[in-house]
Amino acid sequence: MIAPPLIEINDLSFSYPAVESPILDRINLTLQYQQQLGLIGPNGCGKTTLFHCMMGLLQPQSGTIRFKGKEIRESGEFFTLRKEIGLLFQDADDQLFCPTVIEDVAFGPLNLGASPKAAAEAAHQTLGELGLEHLENRVTHHLSGGEKKLVSLATILAMQPRALFLDEPTNNLDPETRERLIAIIRGLGLGYIIISHDYDFLAATCTDLAGMKAGRIVAADHSALHTHHHVHPHGAHPHQHGDH
Amino acid sequence: MNFETFSASTSFVHQLDARVKLLSGLGLVVVIALGRAFPTAWGGLCLAICLVLAARLDLGQVFRRLLLVNGFVLFLWITLPLTYPGITAFTFGPLTFSQEGISLALLISIKTNATVLVLISLLATSSLAALGQALVQLKVPAKLCLLLLFSYRYIFVIHQEYLRLVRAARLRCFKAGTNLHTYRTTGYLFGMTLVKSHHRAHRVRQAMVLRGFQGKFHSLHESPVGRNEIGFALLMLIAVAFLVGLELINRISA
Repeated sequence: MIAPPLIEINDLSFSYPAVESPILDRINLTLQYQQQLGLIGPNGCGKTTLFHCMMGLLQPQSGTIRFKGKEIRESGEFFTLRKEIGLLFQDADDQLFCPTVIEDVAFGPLNLGASPKAAAEAAHQTLGELGLEHLENRVTHHLSGGEKKLVSLATILAMQPRALFLDEPTNNLDPETRERLIAIIRGLGLGYIIISHDYDFLAATCTDLAGMKAGRIVAADHSALHTHHHVHPHGAHPHQHGDH
Repeated sequence: MNFETFSASTSFVHQLDARVKLLSGLGLVVVIALGRAFPTAWGGLCLAICLVLAARLDLGQVFRRLLLVNGFVLFLWITLPLTYPGITAFTFGPLTFSQEGISLALLISIKTNATVLVLISLLATSSLAALGQALVQLKVPAKLCLLLLFSYRYIFVIHQEYLRLVRAARLRCFKAGTNLHTYRTTGYLFGMTLVKSHHRAHRVRQAMVLRGFQGKFHSLHESPVGRNEIGFALLMLIAVAFLVGLELINRISA
């Protein structure tokens, strides 16, 4: 028997109240255990809404979500999903709310029942793996944008998830932090779905690509990622588009 | 914006557990605030000055805070001697200053300064995070503690969002004046700040729920109450008892 995929979504529809056209229109999507899927699409096509439905933050009007083959509906059931899947928000300021970095990273493990000592240990180790140990006792709202993004990722990784949902992780990152994020994500060995407008970033991190348009998934079947050579102003000046 | 002017230092008072400081502060402030006798007030002020010195705070900064508070006290000095009935102390033209009024204003001034100094030396020497945690441990309702901690965390974000809106308005040549356009724009600014803060709060809650939050904060730091804390608590207990004694002696003899 073939093991069921990590997540399987069937005919998922969602519309916001008082808006006529549905934001998600009968979506079908699966994520295998180690699959690395990029999701690309214009603004407002429902990508973030899809993540929020999959994490149980929003209640879809119809359709099913299966986690490891088991259908989940109620918030109690979503708790088991949330233990194993981490969502990285677009805006890191939404994610970091504890006074210090170490407390924020330890917040998840503490909620999962770890002792303060074990949680601090897990937080310390996660920060170390991401090369962020020097930020441990810094105040979260005094971090730079790039540092905030990496610390947000640490807060999720500290819970040792099986898979990640990353919502436009490269927004407002400088090239150096972007490269660092690519290296980190590649090195995780986890399955994930990444929402991004950044083709180069998806090419560097994902093996599969799906498009989204007006609440529907388009061309989800193992599209081959490739880079285009292109012409643009300042092209003659030495510059980089990421190493791939 | 920086609210934690005094919390970053390593003096004996800074290192004490926030719970002990909270409780001693509460005891002292209650006694000082309820005292009606001068010796109690003076005693409280002396004690408060000792605490400030023990915390080795930047005296210039402390003085600046006191100036701010005494701005309010000044109003009492203007009104109380003129309005409080009692024996006339002196007259100045048509104005009569009562002795009772002057002594009441003096008493309130001493008590106010003593209270503020106690709070600066005991509460402001802990970080707000530590205070919030201490309140939780002292069984203050969790919702109130969360409110305190979150207000502190997000006041910066809300302030930044507000500044961003103000900047956007200014870049389009907005100038405040006495006209309907200004009132409307200011209304929009505050309204938008409120809406944005509300959305932000919603998203923060979502992020917390996704990380397994179920309404209860777990503390990362276990701060055991050590010998220093017990010693300090005893000292403060004696101080409070001393002030209460002073007050009682004065009330009986009066």
